[in-house]
Amino acid sequence: MGEISPFVILIAAIFTNNILLANFLGMCSFLAVSKEIPTAAGLGAAVIFVMTATTAINFGVYHHVLVPLGLVYLQFIVFIAVIAAFVQFVEMFVERFSLHLYHSLGIFLPLITVNCAILGVSLFMIIRKYTFAQSVAFGFGGGVGWTLAIILIAGLRQKMRYSDVPRPFRGVAIAMIITGVMAMAFMGFAGMVRIQ
Amino acid sequence: MVFLLPILVFAGLLVGLTVALSVAERVLINYGVCKIDINRGDKILEVDGGQTLLSALNESKVFIPSACGGRGSCGHCKITVRAGGGPVLPTETPFLSRAQVRAGVRLACQVKIREDIEITIPEDLLNVQMFTAEVATTRLVTHDIVEVLLALKEPAEISQRPGQYVQLQAPSPEGPVYRAYSISSPSYEKDTVELIIRLVPGGIGSTYAHNLEVGDATVLTGPYGEFRLSEDPDVELVCVGGGCGMAPMKNIIYTVYERWPDRKCWLFFGCRTTSDIFYLEEFQELARKHPNFRVVYALSDPLSPEERWDGETGFVHLSVDKHIEPGGAKRSAFLCGPPPMIEAVMKVLADKGFTPEDIFYDEF
Repeated sequence: MGEISPFVILIAAIFTNNILLANFLGMCSFLAVSKEIPTAAGLGAAVIFVMTATTAINFGVYHHVLVPLGLVYLQFIVFIAVIAAFVQFVEMFVERFSLHLYHSLGIFLPLITVNCAILGVSLFMIIRKYTFAQSVAFGFGGGVGWTLAIILIAGLRQKMRYSDVPRPFRGVAIAMIITGVMAMAFMGFAGMVRIQ
Repeated sequence: MVFLLPILVFAGLLVGLTVALSVAERVLINYGVCKIDINRGDKILEVDGGQTLLSALNESKVFIPSACGGRGSCGHCKITVRAGGGPVLPTETPFLSRAQVRAGVRLACQVKIREDIEITIPEDLLNVQMFTAEVATTRLVTHDIVEVLLALKEPAEISQRPGQYVQLQAPSPEGPVYRAYSISSPSYEKDTVELIIRLVPGGIGSTYAHNLEVGDATVLTGPYGEFRLSEDPDVELVCVGGGCGMAPMKNIIYTVYERWPDRKCWLFFGCRTTSDIFYLEEFQELARKHPNFRVVYALSDPLSPEERWDGETGFVHLSVDKHIEPGGAKRSAFLCGPPPMIEAVMKVLADKGFTPEDIFYDEF
């Protein structure tokens, strides 16, 4: 996969291969924290940061520790440990510098640890045999794509407060339907770039 | 050998991450020195930021009652934060009513100190001290209730009022926890603290207390509690206890007869069977010395053939109903026992002309 430019991967990760709308990863926090745009944007920013950084760290750990020692099968548990530690770090950072964001993210900040999108990006990077630059671009793009999706749905859900949703569809049900419609809309980007 | 490498690699990775996080914590979670202003300038503490209010206060020898060791599960460490506490956290809301949230009541173990903070705590809490003590005597008074006498070492004297309680430190797998027990020794005995503790199966504090032996070192904090006995000797006292709700009563009664030998006082005590009776002889002895002291024990379970009992039977509120005269004399009542007993006795006392302000109770 050495031939694709990192920029193309970045664009693809945001639009055509959106981690959330194409792979449906990271759904739980996506549905839970998408009621207000500012909170969604805050969580999105945290996810971008964590995703970019953990992809870079995991790339290093995988190629310079696990591959030389022949311990590739440890990748899942190692990636999760790295992500968990990094989220702890982000939590301290956010608590120190944006107390308001810290309180509005509440439990969801530590929950990024188990956000499958983050682990997913690290695993895709291995499966698709990305180089370091491609991996970081993919991680950053994946985060931006996830953030874009959560901000879009938060906007839609804010608007929906004034609409008359049939009773059985209220809450998460209509959010799932909207997510599906958004995923179909994002398929419209498919011809733009293509990665596997 | 096949397994050693992955284990070493993974462990090494975890150690590396832990070290990195510890360094980050040092650098990031550093709020410098913050001021805690207690009761509008009564006491100003300077503490390191980043810790919880509860541990900062404990470190500065201001002891806030807390039973769970700061995990936010007991709700005892309520204090009022006037400024600088940040928003109420989801971990606190189950313990706070809306009125309390409006008044700024918080759980001290959940408030993190990030800036100068102003708090209000009951005046009495400033007098709370941490004591080291040695077990002087320990004696089973019934099959499941132990009386433990603690001789204070450092500080050597406690100044307590009847009705107050101490928190006894007990070891637990997650570090020391504190359990509250009423002081049963009279307040004029300043160099000892006596506790009456019923064994709760699986209970951390009561198991610890029941296993104490003479000479064991213990740690306790206290005294806590805002209850004040009426200082007017004309006020008649009615004490009603059940189970191990004896401790505060014993303190009240002995303290009262030390100061006012002729004060009118009733003790009603409810037990199930004759094997639950304790202190009856001591109180009968006291009643012989002070004719205005009347003691009534009631047994709620039917007598078995081998039991001999010439006192009252039935639940203790029936005895209260039988002996207390209706009327508007100045009286105070102290209730200590299980909630159904308290409820039943409250009803009886209301019929006898007690107003809610005359009745003090402690449910457990």
